[in-house]
Amino acid sequence: MTRPVDADKDRSMELQKEMIAGMFDDLATAHEDGKKVVYTFVPGNLTELIRSFDLLPVLPEINALQSGMRKLSGGYITEAEKQGHSEDVCTYVKCDLGMLKKGNVGPTGKRLPEPDLLLLSYTGCFTFMKWFELLKQEYDCPVAMLHVPYQPDGKIHDHQREYIVKQMRTELIPKLEQVSGKKYDEDRLKEMLAKSAKAEDDLVHVLESAKNRPSPIDAYFGGVYYIGPMFTAFRGSDQGLEYYRLLREEVDARVAAGLGPVTPDGTMTKEKFRLVVEGPPNWTSFREFWKMFYEEDAVVVASSYTKVGGLYDRGFRHDPARPLESLADYCLGCYTNLGLPSRVELLEEYVKEYEADGFMINSVKSCNSFSAGQLLILRQIEERTGIPGGFIESDLVDPRYFSAANIKNRIESYLQMLEQKRGAGVGA
Amino acid sequence: MSEPQKKDIFIGIDLGSTTTKAVILDDGGEILGRGITNSRSNYDVACRIAREEAFIRARFSLAENAMRADPLLSGLESTFIRRLEDSFKLHQYRGELEHLREALQAAAGNARHFAYQADFRNILNEIVDRMVETAPALFEPGASRKSDFFRDLAGAEYMQLAEAMADPKGINFETIVGAYDSAILTVENTSDEESFKSHIGAALELLLENGSGETAEQSAHLRAAIETARNYNLNELVTVGTGYGRQRLPFPKEWIRSEILCHGLGAHAMFPDTATVLDIGGQDTKAIQVDDKGIVTSFQMNDRCAAGCGRYLGYIADEMNLGLHELGPLAQRSTHRVKINSTCTVFAGAELRDRLGMGQRREDILAGLHRAIMLRAMSLLARSGGVKDEFTFTGGVANNPAAVDALVDLVEQNYGARKLNISPDSIYTGALGGALFAMRDYQGAQA
Amino acid sequence: MRPALKTLVDRVTFLYEDLDFTAVKEWKERTGGKAVGYMPIYVPREIIHAAGMLPVGVLGGGEGLEIIRGDAYFQSYICHIPRSTVELALSGRLDCMDGMLFPSICDVIRNLSGMWNMMFPDRYVRYIDVPQNYDPEVGGSFWRREIAELRADMGRIAGREISDDDIRNSIKVYNENRAALDDLYAARSRTPWVYPIAELYLVLRAGCLLPPEEHTALIREYLELAPQESDRKDKDHSRVVIVGSFCEQPPVGLLQTLERAGCWIVGDDLILGLRWLLRDVDTEGDPITALSDAFLVHSTEAASRYEPGNAKGSQLIASVRDNDAEGVIFCAPSFCDPALLDQPMLVTALDKAGIPHTQFKFSEDTGQFAVIREQAGTFSDSIRLWSEV
Repeated sequence: MTRPVDADKDRSMELQKEMIAGMFDDLATAHEDGKKVVYTFVPGNLTELIRSFDLLPVLPEINALQSGMRKLSGGYITEAEKQGHSEDVCTYVKCDLGMLKKGNVGPTGKRLPEPDLLLLSYTGCFTFMKWFELLKQEYDCPVAMLHVPYQPDGKIHDHQREYIVKQMRTELIPKLEQVSGKKYDEDRLKEMLAKSAKAEDDLVHVLESAKNRPSPIDAYFGGVYYIGPMFTAFRGSDQGLEYYRLLREEVDARVAAGLGPVTPDGTMTKEKFRLVVEGPPNWTSFREFWKMFYEEDAVVVASSYTKVGGLYDRGFRHDPARPLESLADYCLGCYTNLGLPSRVELLEEYVKEYEADGFMINSVKSCNSFSAGQLLILRQIEERTGIPGGFIESDLVDPRYFSAANIKNRIESYLQMLEQKRGAGVGA
Repeated sequence: MSEPQKKDIFIGIDLGSTTTKAVILDDGGEILGRGITNSRSNYDVACRIAREEAFIRARFSLAENAMRADPLLSGLESTFIRRLEDSFKLHQYRGELEHLREALQAAAGNARHFAYQADFRNILNEIVDRMVETAPALFEPGASRKSDFFRDLAGAEYMQLAEAMADPKGINFETIVGAYDSAILTVENTSDEESFKSHIGAALELLLENGSGETAEQSAHLRAAIETARNYNLNELVTVGTGYGRQRLPFPKEWIRSEILCHGLGAHAMFPDTATVLDIGGQDTKAIQVDDKGIVTSFQMNDRCAAGCGRYLGYIADEMNLGLHELGPLAQRSTHRVKINSTCTVFAGAELRDRLGMGQRREDILAGLHRAIMLRAMSLLARSGGVKDEFTFTGGVANNPAAVDALVDLVEQNYGARKLNISPDSIYTGALGGALFAMRDYQGAQA
Repeated sequence: MRPALKTLVDRVTFLYEDLDFTAVKEWKERTGGKAVGYMPIYVPREIIHAAGMLPVGVLGGGEGLEIIRGDAYFQSYICHIPRSTVELALSGRLDCMDGMLFPSICDVIRNLSGMWNMMFPDRYVRYIDVPQNYDPEVGGSFWRREIAELRADMGRIAGREISDDDIRNSIKVYNENRAALDDLYAARSRTPWVYPIAELYLVLRAGCLLPPEEHTALIREYLELAPQESDRKDKDHSRVVIVGSFCEQPPVGLLQTLERAGCWIVGDDLILGLRWLLRDVDTEGDPITALSDAFLVHSTEAASRYEPGNAKGSQLIASVRDNDAEGVIFCAPSFCDPALLDQPMLVTALDKAGIPHTQFKFSEDTGQFAVIREQAGTFSDSIRLWSEV
């Protein structure tokens, strides 16, 4: 149940649109404006460090997901497969390579600049490494490799942090200096990290607002918008700071007014199911997918996908007092860099802290980092919380892997089962 | 004449990808009637036909009940009703043939056929005449029919006659078949809600005329019993739709239920001690756990590929030029089961030809295939929480003895002894669950 | 076949087919030692060996294992080896392992280490995170620390301290094993008809189950015996290198199919972990540093390893040239991310070098090779025609 959309246009949403459009405008003319560009990945991104050299980050994953939402990914993927890429592998990679082959036109219709540096921050995903090896063959530019060790036990060990900081000092910073022609300026980095930490406080406040009943936000479908600026190019910037301040105000106002989340069809007026969701969303049918939830009055109160760019709600903050060390800790702590037992613990805590009625996994074909082991996660969560789990399968940006009827059937069946169990006899 | 009797009923409709089923329950939860038809591409038509058939069966049930309650008829009802049903089917079939005749003539009226219209009309009439003549043979006691669906039954006869009467140089086979293709849609789209009412009288009289030893008094009682059934006011309170095509049903949302819940409840109704349900249908496989009230507690479905579902066996049957029902018995004759790892429908044909080419025996390959299908089902069962006691197997594949053998074997190997239930009516499990939900919902709202 | 060779071949065939790890159990009983399993790709086996334990390569269940429980844990778009490995474990066949190591291959095997933690909470599990930075002071320092931790853990399982000399001795043992394998591959490359691919593979694979000293002796014995078979004659075959099978293994039948279709396989990346280091490891000085340096400097090119610079494919091309091969067959498991993502880059390199190639995918339990036979036969014919031009 929703009510019409016009009443619910949020200022933060508008601001985010402006920010993103501005970013792609800047990128389109970057080289003409004498600016240099660094391609890098979302998990473990070092935005502040890049920006402290006045370099502009480009995030191929974001381009791929935007292509998915704009229904362009299917064509790009086919293009990459025609070039010899296997149908079995990650569609983000194929979407990006297909886009490149078709002129590298970004989501706003403007051409993306070629990279001056590939910053391969390889956090939580082997495919990232192959992705940039592939890009390396396309571009004549330096590559900086940042190897972030895995966290099998979910704990950061000193030698892992040292390893990352050493790589920053010996590999990354020299290359950033070389590309930008500027010296590393730690004071500037510290200033940015202080802004990051402030915005991170606000983001956590927003994500945790879902503990209210009704939740004022959808922490998955809405959540992907809320994490947008933080996970991409705006961490540590004034714009980012302003966005999260505004968002926090809006969410607080919704809580005070007892309002539910905003959806593309307006505000949800009923909260029948509170869910925790594991796994990335599907982008090619994002709205249709979301609708399958809010049509059934189901709201997502916590999700793991909104933690791929950092587990801020578990206390991590960028720290100006330990600039490179805290960036290292940030990389290490991203969700997909955690061992499965830690992931299960986190999800279990979410189910309990957010008083969820249900737990669902959207298992995407592309992303083995997320998907391998999810069936065990499902079983573990069921055992630990006593709540039955739901399982759906789709893909990130391959439209061939989104079967709407099949997914709707599963979601409906799952929610009806929850309702029936809860009612345990309402009507019986 | 007394007031017609009245009965409150609840209906469940299961729109599957292959067949559509309907079940009618009375207000005590007893099954009054069931109907089934091909889903084809038109769910509305399929839904209506299945419903109508269920209503006809419901009235037969009522007639049977009336006979049982009549001391003069009690004991005769089961044989008599069976004969009456055959007689009714014949009348119904003939009625539909007359609809078909009209529709064919309308099709022949198309301007396209202007040049040879008169001849064409004659041919079509003659075909229908012959079909009317041969109809009784189809419905003789003990006659075997390939299908009970009018489209299939009439279609097969029509094609034979069309082939015989076609003139390659004049009105050719394609033209005659074309008329049928358009006419059958008209026939199927013509509702005959009153089919029981319009044909039962004639069907009864034919039966009584031919005489089978009923006394005059018994005949009078029979007429009264049938009249009671004919005039019964079946008061439809709630209809619940389920199955893959449920979104297409013109029902309010609260009357649509997921087939998972309906299967769970339906299996529970058939076998009240059911704890685990496996359903293997044409397009998908479901593993369901239910509690002691038939409430689903956990479920898993196959992923997007149809590997290991009923459809896969269909491909194999086509590839081997066998009927679907022949696969199981043939597989049971295997002595050296072949190990088959892939149940991918895309590669099924190629792999099969390869293996046959290598000299492997059909029955051994089939035994391997049945095991491979059941291995996939086992993994879904494990994901849903395992196999508990009792275990109920539903869906089309439950009728396949080799599939059942493989399942029993694997379940025992992995979970120990389990009581396995398979109902001959398992195809109606989902529709039955739907009807039970309809009843629960209504009675819950009243309480 | 002469009896001595037959005995040897029967033995390695048994080792391959036996999914119950009988050889491991017998070794444990005989020596009272412990066994530690590792998944494919590189682990420093020297450390396990130095603790007096048996390192055991776990390569999935192959074609012989029926998957009953393993499929319940993996979606259809995930490769086969984790399913069969889980099947082996759930059916008790891996109970003889006193620990399991999961090397950095890909996200699936990485996550499998965490699954193991949850499924078998009372067993030792370690994820082996190798460095992707090859500076001795950066990646090296990290890797030395990881090896040191592994050393401490292995010592704890074995119930004894591992001395530097223990490790040096194990390094020697593995250097000898490496030399034997190099000789085997060199011999095969010179006269492939003397060492049929199935025998070569099974002899190599025995190294997953036998103590390295025994494996070295076995290779040496095989190198003696195989040339004595007088009926092994050269055939009009083409010479190819296969690539992509470094983790999940193709069934032996598939390799034989390639050979029968007219391809001498004169280079491969089968069970790459056994041949990861390309040079001897230093036996002098600090053994941990020696192992670490060897990894940083002398690792093979592999899809799971970051390739700095623009050398992608250079080792493959060198292998083609050195072995006088005429073409490359990409033979990767379905859904293998590293192999399949690497492939387009290798294709680019081969195209530039003018080396013909073909490709197909397999799964460890592929039962049907007709299509592959057809394809490999056509490829073999075409490259021979091509090379005659």
